[in-house]
Amino acid sequence: MTPPSDDRLLLDVRGLTVRFPTPDGVVQAVSDVSFHLSRGETLGVVGESGSGKSVSNLAIMGLLNRNRTAIAGEVLFRGRDLLTLPPDDLRKIRGKEIAMVFQDPFACLHPMYRVGQQIAEAVTAHEHVKKDRAWARAEELLDHVGIPNAKSRARDYPHQFSGGMRQRAMIAMALVHNPAILICDEPTTALDVTVQAQILELIEEVKREFDIGVILVTHDLGVVAETANSVMVMYAGRIMEYGAAGGIFTQPQHPYTWGLLDSMPSVDRRLEALVPIEGAPPSLLNPPSGCPFHPRCPYRFEPCATERPPLDVPAPEAHLDACWLSWDDKVRLGVERAKKVAA
Amino acid sequence: MSSDGSSGDNLVELGHLTKHFAVRQGVFATGKSVVHAVEDVSFNVRRGETLGIVGESGCGKSTTARLMLRLLDVTGGTIRFDGRDITKLSQRQLRPLRREMQMIFQDPYASLNPRKTVGQIIEAPFKIHGVKGGRTRIQELLETVGLSPEHYNRYPHEFSGGQRQRIGVARALALSPKLIVCDEPVSALDVSIQAQVLNLLRSLQDEFNLTYVFISHDLSVIRQIADRIAVMYLGRLVEIGDSESIYEHPKHPYTGALLSAVPRAGTGGRERIVLSGDVPSPIDPPAACVFHPRCPRFHAGHCDVETPELRELEPHQAAACHYPLERWPMTDAEIRQAEGSVREDRPHLEGAAHDA
Repeated sequence: MTPPSDDRLLLDVRGLTVRFPTPDGVVQAVSDVSFHLSRGETLGVVGESGSGKSVSNLAIMGLLNRNRTAIAGEVLFRGRDLLTLPPDDLRKIRGKEIAMVFQDPFACLHPMYRVGQQIAEAVTAHEHVKKDRAWARAEELLDHVGIPNAKSRARDYPHQFSGGMRQRAMIAMALVHNPAILICDEPTTALDVTVQAQILELIEEVKREFDIGVILVTHDLGVVAETANSVMVMYAGRIMEYGAAGGIFTQPQHPYTWGLLDSMPSVDRRLEALVPIEGAPPSLLNPPSGCPFHPRCPYRFEPCATERPPLDVPAPEAHLDACWLSWDDKVRLGVERAKKVAA
Repeated sequence: MSSDGSSGDNLVELGHLTKHFAVRQGVFATGKSVVHAVEDVSFNVRRGETLGIVGESGCGKSTTARLMLRLLDVTGGTIRFDGRDITKLSQRQLRPLRREMQMIFQDPYASLNPRKTVGQIIEAPFKIHGVKGGRTRIQELLETVGLSPEHYNRYPHEFSGGQRQRIGVARALALSPKLIVCDEPVSALDVSIQAQVLNLLRSLQDEFNLTYVFISHDLSVIRQIADRIAVMYLGRLVEIGDSESIYEHPKHPYTGALLSAVPRAGTGGRERIVLSGDVPSPIDPPAACVFHPRCPRFHAGHCDVETPELRELEPHQAAACHYPLERWPMTDAEIRQAEGSVREDRPHLEGAAHDA
């Protein structure tokens, strides 16, 4: 997908590569990842543990220690490359223009400060305002994200909040400076389904209201299917498939995406048997040559083990994928798969 | 499936099971209060079936399972295992029975001793019960769960999450138990690995005629594995019955809300029943029907006054609700328009944990 050139484009990531040198060797956490995000878009980033989905976002936020990490590529935020920005300039963007919501709301709030105080602190971090103004803003935001009796609840400590309320508070904190981009890293994984539904709805509302771009990182394809406009499937630090959500879910093109979809149990019906992906995700210290998925791929053939497939659009009606199978084969296998699923 | 109530068909029978935990509250821990973890729960587990227990965190599903295995002492009620009342047995008397009931835990990283080899880990149950195990038997078990016999001398850290869970399964199988309680066995695993473990559990059940009690918060996983399901909310059993029957037409509004809340791949924009607020505190559960503060079908003067009994609404499906769902699927609005319901235009987000 070529990035749209209009002024709604917020983020343009090109060839992002992250390497962690360790005593055991170099961990190739993220390799050559390119994507973009516009206003009003929710980009779902899907992958299993170790697929590089979180690390790419930490790199975008400038949260990786640059002394211990080798980062290459470009992260263009409104035309400025965040990777080469001096730390002081980056600090003006991080937490202000780009905000992040993490997985574990229990770990992200300081247990000994009142919730309101922590949000007020986020206000004063980027703005010189009086304390009471900051506090008022905190109350207003808590109310905005659906905390009942926000005025009094702002004086609570985190342990007095339930898991869902803490995640709401984290979203309130992220919204303090009207960010342009909200990165949510597994925002609902620690929550129960009914609360998860509330939080996903809140993120959607926030996106529409403030006209921002959302990156939603998750391992749950169901969450992505319900909320994302575009989807990026990652495996072993690389993009396997990237396109509009409709295309990814109606006509998935990559054998890894097929594997993910087929191994997912469905709440709508009981399947004869789940079709798991054989084997386990590879070590990133020494990822497989060629296509990283080839050792587990049931359709591997000649070039897969030796040559890396480029991320390309295989046919005019298709979206991006990185797979050596011909378009005809993909269509044929896709049809067979759909038949099997329907049976 | 005879229903004469004899324990012929039933491996486990729980009668009015109740568990309270005493907690101290306040700065100086002077206030005493009681957590109503499990309240008056009765159900049976049939031989050879998989009973799924679903519910959100804090609903008492794990506590129920632990009571069933007598890992916790009951506050009230009875537990019968294999026709025998085990409610009051001492730990010494329980020991021979422990061979027949095993458990698989959620976190494969925490449930295996990192300083023991796989062989030692699986040998432990043999040693404890004075049964002859031996290397060949253990290696057989490793093969049964899809590991290789060469793994005998390896340590847990050398294995991935899925493989560790297989070690846990082998340990549970070691003494050929009748009942295996699986407490969120696949929650910590990636989807592709989760499917492998679920398929393994299913094939082992066929092979060894096992009975599973399978606890999960994931409704898709439960649908895949369970024959019957029990839905719990705030320590109470709110619905129980054949899995297909409950998934096709849930009767309790809470079950309906749970099902509609699951995000789905493939089906575009299906309407959710959004429950307001959070699960109330089990220290001070709501009166009568515990679900009434969040229920879209709440009828004032009935639901908050009279506790609904579990009653059979369909063959093999019972729910504890005064105003069960008539059909399924229903939209949020349809549910709220239950005859006489007073909660038609409630705001979405209100009331939470301790809004007193």
